[in-house]
Amino acid sequence: MLYREAGQFKTSYAEDMAIFPIRQDRIALGILLGIAFVGVPLLATFRIWPFASEYLLWAILLPFLILALAAVGVNILVGYCGQISLGSGAFMAIGAYSAYKLGTGVHIPLAWLGFVISIPPLPVLLSILLGGLMAAIAGILFGVPSLRIKGLYLAVATLAAQFFFDWVFLRVPWFTNYAPSGSVNAPPLNFFGLTVHTPIERYLLCLIFVTVFAVLAKNLVRGNLGRQWMAIRDMDIAAELIGIRPLYAKLTAFAVSSFIIGVAGALWAFVYLGSWEPLAFSIERSLQLLFMVIIGGLGSIMGSFVGAAFILILPIMLNLIPTQLGVPLSTETITHLEFIIFGSLICYLLIKEPHGFARLISIGKEKLRLWPFPY
Amino acid sequence: MIALGQFLEVLIGGLMSGVLYSLVALGFVLIFKASGVFNYAQGAMVLLAGLALVRSLDLLVARGYPLWAAIILGIGFAAVIMAIAAWLIERFVIGPLVNQDGLTLFMSTIGVTFVLEGAAQMIFGSDVYPLRLFPTDVWLLFESHFPGGILVNALDVWGAVIAGILVAGLAIFFQRTKTGRALRAVADDHMAAQSVGIPISWIWFVVWLVAGLVALVAATVWGTKLGVQFSITFLALKALPVLIIGGLTSVPGAIVGGLIVGAGEKIAEVFLGSQMGGGIEYWFAYVLALAVLLVRPQGLFGERIIERI
Amino acid sequence: MRMPDTSEILLQVEGVSLAFGGVKALRDVSFDIRKGEIRAIIGPNGAGKTSMLNVINGFYHPNRGTITFKGRTRAQMQPFEASRGGIARTFQNVALFRGMSALDNILAGRTLKMRRGLLWQTLRYGPALAEEIEHRHRIEEIIDFLEIEAIRKVPVARLPYGLQKRVELGRALAMEPDLLLLDEPMAGMNLEEKEDMSRFIIDVNNHYGTTIALIEHDMAVVMDLSHRVVVLDHGVKIADGTPDEIKKDQGVIDAYLGVAH
Repeated sequence: MLYREAGQFKTSYAEDMAIFPIRQDRIALGILLGIAFVGVPLLATFRIWPFASEYLLWAILLPFLILALAAVGVNILVGYCGQISLGSGAFMAIGAYSAYKLGTGVHIPLAWLGFVISIPPLPVLLSILLGGLMAAIAGILFGVPSLRIKGLYLAVATLAAQFFFDWVFLRVPWFTNYAPSGSVNAPPLNFFGLTVHTPIERYLLCLIFVTVFAVLAKNLVRGNLGRQWMAIRDMDIAAELIGIRPLYAKLTAFAVSSFIIGVAGALWAFVYLGSWEPLAFSIERSLQLLFMVIIGGLGSIMGSFVGAAFILILPIMLNLIPTQLGVPLSTETITHLEFIIFGSLICYLLIKEPHGFARLISIGKEKLRLWPFPY
Repeated sequence: MIALGQFLEVLIGGLMSGVLYSLVALGFVLIFKASGVFNYAQGAMVLLAGLALVRSLDLLVARGYPLWAAIILGIGFAAVIMAIAAWLIERFVIGPLVNQDGLTLFMSTIGVTFVLEGAAQMIFGSDVYPLRLFPTDVWLLFESHFPGGILVNALDVWGAVIAGILVAGLAIFFQRTKTGRALRAVADDHMAAQSVGIPISWIWFVVWLVAGLVALVAATVWGTKLGVQFSITFLALKALPVLIIGGLTSVPGAIVGGLIVGAGEKIAEVFLGSQMGGGIEYWFAYVLALAVLLVRPQGLFGERIIERI
Repeated sequence: MRMPDTSEILLQVEGVSLAFGGVKALRDVSFDIRKGEIRAIIGPNGAGKTSMLNVINGFYHPNRGTITFKGRTRAQMQPFEASRGGIARTFQNVALFRGMSALDNILAGRTLKMRRGLLWQTLRYGPALAEEIEHRHRIEEIIDFLEIEAIRKVPVARLPYGLQKRVELGRALAMEPDLLLLDEPMAGMNLEEKEDMSRFIIDVNNHYGTTIALIEHDMAVVMDLSHRVVVLDHGVKIADGTPDEIKKDQGVIDAYLGVAH
């Protein structure tokens, strides 16, 4: 009754192919964006519930945005193109450290070639984007094996990338500007003269990045390249026979995916953490991103957001609810419970609904279209 | 100049630890050979087995049981736990996913990993538990030939012996017994095997049980070496390159692959690592596996997979 | 069936042999396909028919022999070259992209014709969208032709088998091929569906002028649809001619009745 399409006629192919063809969806999205861009900053500025303290913004919304962005990147590679990757953490690291070096000035003495590569510190925005570019290049390199090796074997190759880069950023002091402790601080976040500092500002910055990238990603997956990716995922042999070049499709998937993940990594380091060490991007992060994508929905941009939200909120719930009920659990127990719940959920979703919560949501929407009738 | 003695010591040490990797890899090969599933949870199974064993052992010894009795009962208890785990996994995860593709099954084993890790630690505790089932003395060999002698770990030798026995046993099991043949049929084609009356659920339960027992054996050796603790699960990740190099379907491949990875890692670490700031063993095995993948995708002993439309 | 006017040869298979390990799938097979005709490839099970199609579109590489397509002779082709050159095909076991809708599957067939690259597509609004709409326009013609408008947006995994085969045909047609290879297009269909499919095949041949090579078991269909027929048995060509000629060929009758030779 509320969610009917009756009366909404599409009079052109463009309308038919729009992101949200149903008007109610567009309204819902408009409201969501309104809350995100206007509502949240207002509430936070005036410290109105639930933004009475900075906790919600700093500890939940900020990581949610950045990890959701990374999850979008992972989803492109794993969900849309079907290439398993256990190395996304490494690509976040590449983005972060490249942005760091570019933001603090690069100085490579190539005495044996007779010259020195010296780049002055670049503006933060440029550093972040170029960090993503470096990650994209690495992604392409590590994607080359994907032409010959598939599935599980590719997973091992991505693990190789993960462990290799873990080591690189730990042991090669050039990346940390020879910091004795191995941890680095982000340069000040100056964008076009404005300095981003407070949680609200950081939140808005990330929100802008995430919205822009989500839209661009959605454009890509709706277009011909997206179809090529899905074709490779579903049946790469048949894809070849209709003229899709597996090389091009897979490498673009790696490139775009790694670019987004790299930018997310730079944002994670610069905007959220402020100061970080390589551990922030270890295999645990890779698995976390993979879980977000599986739970949220493989092959769905929205699913990446849903999965990220779920994975971030669950530990908090596990902390909050028992405490409210008067039975506080130790952190260890909570971690163990998390493990059990995530693992079971993954198994359950893979069995019942491989397309994750996103599909459950769209099934819900379909039922909503008929509501209040049963069929 | 690298002294021959030092090189031999590193080599032998590497080979030995390689054998220990093989012990974990064997569990993988078993499950893959018999069900086509790549079991990411093998490491978690080692943890579960190890925890069940060491906790029951400690409990029994504290209650006054003589060590030999405690060991037997402890191993029995751990075996029962693994059987329960195998049954649960088959019933609730692998069984329902029987006709899905390999990637889905692999991801489900990642889910199983987390459940096992969480449950094992919640039930049995998450400290480091030392295990003393094997002698851990250190022998110095050939002192007359090389200054200082060559250091060999008794535990490693035990591990090698056990691995050898396991391999022989598994090889016989697969080649000679009816169940072994049925397992190979199931691995080739689930649906076909079902249609000729092979009871798949039972077969898979057996497979996961045997893999669980192999994990138990691995846990006894690794637990003595490192103590039973959560980080044992990362051994599973080390077993991956072993499998790639040896071939996913090959029992001898798991051994050879383990030896290559173990020796290669140690040698690279000692002799190259010094040049590169150390820590090479962290990724050396993976890069090696990657190289093998590019040149010979099926590994040294594995079978070629041919795709047909 | 009335023979097409032209006798220009589009595809020439010359002395092709193919073996898998010890199994000889094809042995010294030669035949041609003329432009604009419908050529049937028939034979008992295991005769090597699908292998022949796989060789033609580059999926299998023959051990010996050559294929001449549109004047170019090659010992082997890559699948990409075949599709670029204008060969499209359908499969025995419907090789649709199960994660996508019927519309997306057919649009995927337009890949070779789409020019706007990664950056334009990221932007979408502008040239990339215009291109999408233009191609959408073209394939709507095909959708109309195959009468599948109602199920455009349905994910193909949910479609009944007969409709899936039609969508697969649509995807092949979207490539605007010169040569269309159909591997058992009627398999698993009931009488009504077969009549529909036959009608589509004839229409494709008449309307678009597409040359068609098809593998088929239903003899009535073969006799009605095709201009000429090639008969394979155990990897060897045993007959080649018009349907009438084939019907009377003793070797063919023996092969089908399973007479030992």
